[in-house]
Amino acid sequence: MSVGILTLIVLALAVVGFFVGRSRAMSSVGGDARKLHSLPGYYGQTVSLFTAVPAFALMALWLFVQPMVIDARIVGQLGPQIAEDATASKLAMEDVSRIASGLDALQAARGMTNEEMRDMRADFSDIRGRLAEVGVALGSEVNPQIFEMAKDYRIMQARGAMMMSVLVLAAAAAGFVVALRRIHGEFRARNVSETFVRWLLIASAGVAILTTIGIVMSLMSETIRFFGMYPIADFFLGFTWNPQFRGGSDLGLIPLLWGTLYISFVSMVVAVPIGIFAAIYTAEYAPPKVRAVVKPVIELIAGIPTVVFGLFALVTVGPFLRDYIAMPLGLGNSGSSVMTAGLVIGVLNIPFISSLTDDIINAVPQSMRDGSYGLGATKSETIRKVVLPAALPGIVGAILLAASRAIGETMIVTMGAGAAAKLGLNPFEAMTTITVKIVSQLTGDIAFDAPETLVAFALGMTLFVITLCLNIFALWIVRKYREQYE
Amino acid sequence: MNDMRIVERDVDITENKITARGVQVYYGTNHALKDVDVDILDKTVTAFIGPSGCGKSTFLRCLNRMNDTVASARVEGKILLEGEDIYDPKVDPVQLRAKVGMVFQKPNPFPKSIYDNVAYGPKIHGLTRNKAELDEIVEKSLRRAAIWNEVKDRLDASGTGLSGGQQQRLCIARAVATNPEVLLMDEPCSALDPIATAQVEELIDELRAEYSVVIVTHSMQQAARVSQKTAFFHLGHLVEYGETGQIFTNPQDPRTESYITGRIG
Repeated sequence: MSVGILTLIVLALAVVGFFVGRSRAMSSVGGDARKLHSLPGYYGQTVSLFTAVPAFALMALWLFVQPMVIDARIVGQLGPQIAEDATASKLAMEDVSRIASGLDALQAARGMTNEEMRDMRADFSDIRGRLAEVGVALGSEVNPQIFEMAKDYRIMQARGAMMMSVLVLAAAAAGFVVALRRIHGEFRARNVSETFVRWLLIASAGVAILTTIGIVMSLMSETIRFFGMYPIADFFLGFTWNPQFRGGSDLGLIPLLWGTLYISFVSMVVAVPIGIFAAIYTAEYAPPKVRAVVKPVIELIAGIPTVVFGLFALVTVGPFLRDYIAMPLGLGNSGSSVMTAGLVIGVLNIPFISSLTDDIINAVPQSMRDGSYGLGATKSETIRKVVLPAALPGIVGAILLAASRAIGETMIVTMGAGAAAKLGLNPFEAMTTITVKIVSQLTGDIAFDAPETLVAFALGMTLFVITLCLNIFALWIVRKYREQYE
Repeated sequence: MNDMRIVERDVDITENKITARGVQVYYGTNHALKDVDVDILDKTVTAFIGPSGCGKSTFLRCLNRMNDTVASARVEGKILLEGEDIYDPKVDPVQLRAKVGMVFQKPNPFPKSIYDNVAYGPKIHGLTRNKAELDEIVEKSLRRAAIWNEVKDRLDASGTGLSGGQQQRLCIARAVATNPEVLLMDEPCSALDPIATAQVEELIDELRAEYSVVIVTHSMQQAARVSQKTAFFHLGHLVEYGETGQIFTNPQDPRTESYITGRIG
């Protein structure tokens, strides 16, 4: 039974459980809902939950564990020499699973019975040719031992799937019956529902945290492999970035870090004043009607995909800066430059800063403004001396969040800043960033055991740590200086 | 009313500080204040009493043009401060508010240090030439607001960290620091406990020596305790205005009598 059908059956059972549970609750008090502890729907809900939740949990667990168990048993058949060699056993497992899926296709195409499949032998028939007929191409002749293992693999999988179906259905049925029997007028169904909601929310929060941990772990392990092949000091302190796919590359972080920080700095110089001024206008000066139009329009920028901004940088801003500023001033003739990317990222970040700042300014109580006006302050004095200082922690937080966006921005710098890893001060020269190099080291024909490829993970880790520090710092500032107005 | 502290009732001052004639206020289409005529004397505490929504706060906010910050408000009629029409286009509301200070219902110190709270007004109006003069003004204002002894050792602490009564006295210090001629108080004790209220009331009585004080209050005892003149507002009308003692003991208008005896409001 396939997972999809199993899911549908359990869901159908849960829906049925809802109605059965509700009517049982009603009949237990003679149809007078006021005598029930909870609303009738809650009783139905408990039956649904007891039916579906354990069954789905079991199914998820099974789907996760079964491949691991089967793989371990197959690898065990390979014999100790191969089983202990991680690379060899991985290759063997890939062969086994490819042949097994080929056999699945063969069985489906030919309509063969399980007995016929079991009698098939690699040393008697041309397995490679027959699998090729159903579209599964194998690199070499089939090793009889591997073929037998593939047959075992299929049998174990089928058996596992069958057991899972039975157990999941049993769990669903058991939950259904247990929940239904518990229902009577005094049963606190509403509290069951509360508990479930709480665990659902905890689980959702857990998914986000676990994903983050998973990302960090995978980055970390590859980064450690990289530092096994390339000296850590040369990476962090190297002034040259010159990857050679023949080996002997210079993989120094500093030029990339410099480019990243320089471009982010330019973007912040653009985004911070404009964003804050725009926010002050929308929050303090704009009449309600204007605000209702202007604020969404500014926020519209945030909805434009960054690749479109990249195109804008590539075809409009870059050539403009080159032709009208860089060339006349003799500062270079490159269309892609720090200035191009910085300006465009700055524009991208304006709505981010202005929207957050606007919310923060609006959160400053009106009584602060009244107090200032009451002392004879003008509007701009009030904003400068009372509203902005009160809102400052929030604004700093918004700026730092925008900065970590600028540091992590990829598409715009790829298209606007160029690919030359350089240390320089001229903003009209092409430079490159960490993100651009991560992409370029991982595109094209790559091998995952060369430092030139693995450096991408070290770069990613560095970027992650930088933005993490910025975000933590931002949150710390916001929390430390948050104003208690009341 | 036997419990009230008897303040000096004799009003020998006859000089008008503020003269209002035919004041009308509209919030959008709502006619909030109807045809109010009042003369507020110098160096006197004038109390505005009346039930909620009667227009007393609205009228108070007309006196320093705080209603200008409300987009839908419209004021008609004449309000003269020492003979000068404050709604004249030539008058800068910002300058006016420096002369007519205001203390609000809820203490609203700025999230700054105590010192900076008081120094705020003098700084924006350029009242001092150097730090020493500013220090002097800050100390004088805090002393005048009867809070100097409590905060003199922590002028750098945040004003928001004080207790409610201290915050309100800080706001009064902040208002007197710009050296106003009139001090408007909009229910200054409604967020305070009885002890803090007594302190603020005592302070109001002291402030009378130098300023004309106008106080809006819901508490008739408070009006009786601190004021020399009382105005009773009802449904947007100024019903009765006179000596506080006379209003409370011998009201002329039946509505005033009903209100002070608790039958309406």
